[in-house]
Amino acid sequence: MVAAIKATGLRKSYGDKLVLNGIDLYVPEGTIFALLGPNGAGKTTAVRILTTLTAADAGQARIAGHDLAENPDGVRAAIGVTGQFSAVDDKLTGRENLILMADLHRLGKVEGRRRADALLARFDLEEAAGKLAATYSGGMRRRLDLAMTLVGEPRVIFLDEPTTGLDPRSRRTMWEIIRELVAGGVTVFLTTQYLEEADELADQIAVLDHGRLVAQGSAAELKRRVPGGHIRLRFADPAEFDRAAGLFADAARDEESGTLRVPGDGDIPALRALLDRLDGAALRPEGLEIHTPDLDDVFLALTGPAPKGTGR
Amino acid sequence: MTALSYAVTDSATMLRRNLRHALRYPSLTLSTSGMPIIFLLLFVYVFGGELGAGLPEGVGYVDYVVPGILLMTAGAGAVGTAIAICSDITAGIVDRFRTMAISPSALLTGHVLGSVVQAVLNLLIVIGVALLIGFRPAAGPLEWAAAGGLMVLLTLAITWVSVALGVISKNPEAASNVVLPFQLLPILSSTFVPTSSMPTAVRWFAEYQPFAPMINTLRGLLTGGPIGNDGIIAVAWCLGITLAGYLWARRVYNRPR
Repeated sequence: MVAAIKATGLRKSYGDKLVLNGIDLYVPEGTIFALLGPNGAGKTTAVRILTTLTAADAGQARIAGHDLAENPDGVRAAIGVTGQFSAVDDKLTGRENLILMADLHRLGKVEGRRRADALLARFDLEEAAGKLAATYSGGMRRRLDLAMTLVGEPRVIFLDEPTTGLDPRSRRTMWEIIRELVAGGVTVFLTTQYLEEADELADQIAVLDHGRLVAQGSAAELKRRVPGGHIRLRFADPAEFDRAAGLFADAARDEESGTLRVPGDGDIPALRALLDRLDGAALRPEGLEIHTPDLDDVFLALTGPAPKGTGR
Repeated sequence: MTALSYAVTDSATMLRRNLRHALRYPSLTLSTSGMPIIFLLLFVYVFGGELGAGLPEGVGYVDYVVPGILLMTAGAGAVGTAIAICSDITAGIVDRFRTMAISPSALLTGHVLGSVVQAVLNLLIVIGVALLIGFRPAAGPLEWAAAGGLMVLLTLAITWVSVALGVISKNPEAASNVVLPFQLLPILSSTFVPTSSMPTAVRWFAEYQPFAPMINTLRGLLTGGPIGNDGIIAVAWCLGITLAGYLWARRVYNRPR
């Protein structure tokens, strides 16, 4: 696959504060990549570097085939950025904001208006199109902000914490929009501190902590990296419970509830083998539950407490 | 298209944005001419009788004071410009512009041109008020054109400096505070009274500060007095300040962060 974003060894410090400590990123075209990390991990700095706003102290990056250092304007022409804080012009209406973007992309009057109106319709902003952006709600501002980013039809879109501060409904709407974008072939690089969001959206997740990537992979791959997956078997009959405990020597017993916790990640072959063993011994558990570690487990296992002298 | 035509197109886009803001809040633009008008009325009707007595024979106080008031008007929009630039930068929209493939100084140029358009409007208003209260310039079309050119040059100079100050200010309030002194500078000159009445140190400053030759030139053009070298010096000051302000603004706006 062609890389939409490829970065190696990105480093950045502010004064003696090391913010990014040599990170490598690889994002294939047409996928969603989530940079996950707690506040102050360096997510925003990574986005600022990749979007030409901040110069890295060391490292290289190519975005949509353009070298970040040698051809920043080539990068700029290929990307769209929605920052953490909304970058809309409060003193213009929603429609005027979009037309301003169209003019800055030098689209011409007719095409610019066409795209502005299409985006207003797509982002459910038609009714508010003639109102000043200053009067918009948080969710509407985010939608307008993203619509402005899309005016230039970017190939690579950066979203810095796109749903921070949004209510659950607006968050769902934003997720749908992001999925639609990728279905249309663009690449999305997003940062988030919500595990759920990375889990929902991303093909690949990188966990950033104190300026270092501490893990990278799909949500499933990351979850497999932390122990804690198990299958829970509940028995009503104490005799059966005892027999089952004899069968699964590595299981943890919970006498009170009559529950056995059999370690395992709960994939189909493992589950089938377990059921076969139960059948072979003529055991009928009353209930069976699979516990897969969620990203919260991953996150807590991978991200440590803050050492001194890093941040942002 | 070439880089130059991109710069022109993008600056025009930013100018339209600026003028749209101005049209949306017309009171902000118009109130800019309020201070010079208040000074004009105050000095003509309250202090003018006494101050006019110190003037050479045959010079009316209105005619004496209006040129300086016009220069104050040219600089009156500077605070607004600095605040607008600083607000853009602190509000995050500039980060959006910076991630787009647009001409790097287009935003600044758009603000400056917008400020000049608004300054011309304010100058016309103040000239109108001056004519109403008895300002009777001796200038012909040529002198008016030269006077207009000088006022526009001065506006450009002050605006570029205030753009740079707006860029380096941490917040709009700070931007407003650092620019204010520029507006008071014309007062410390021969705007309201001839410098001959001032103590030596003040008088020295009043005669050599940049606004002094500008006031003398404008006064000469509009009321027919002698200009001498002051015309050249005034234009040189304007061009020099414009160039310095432009380079400074560009530098602080484009510096890596």
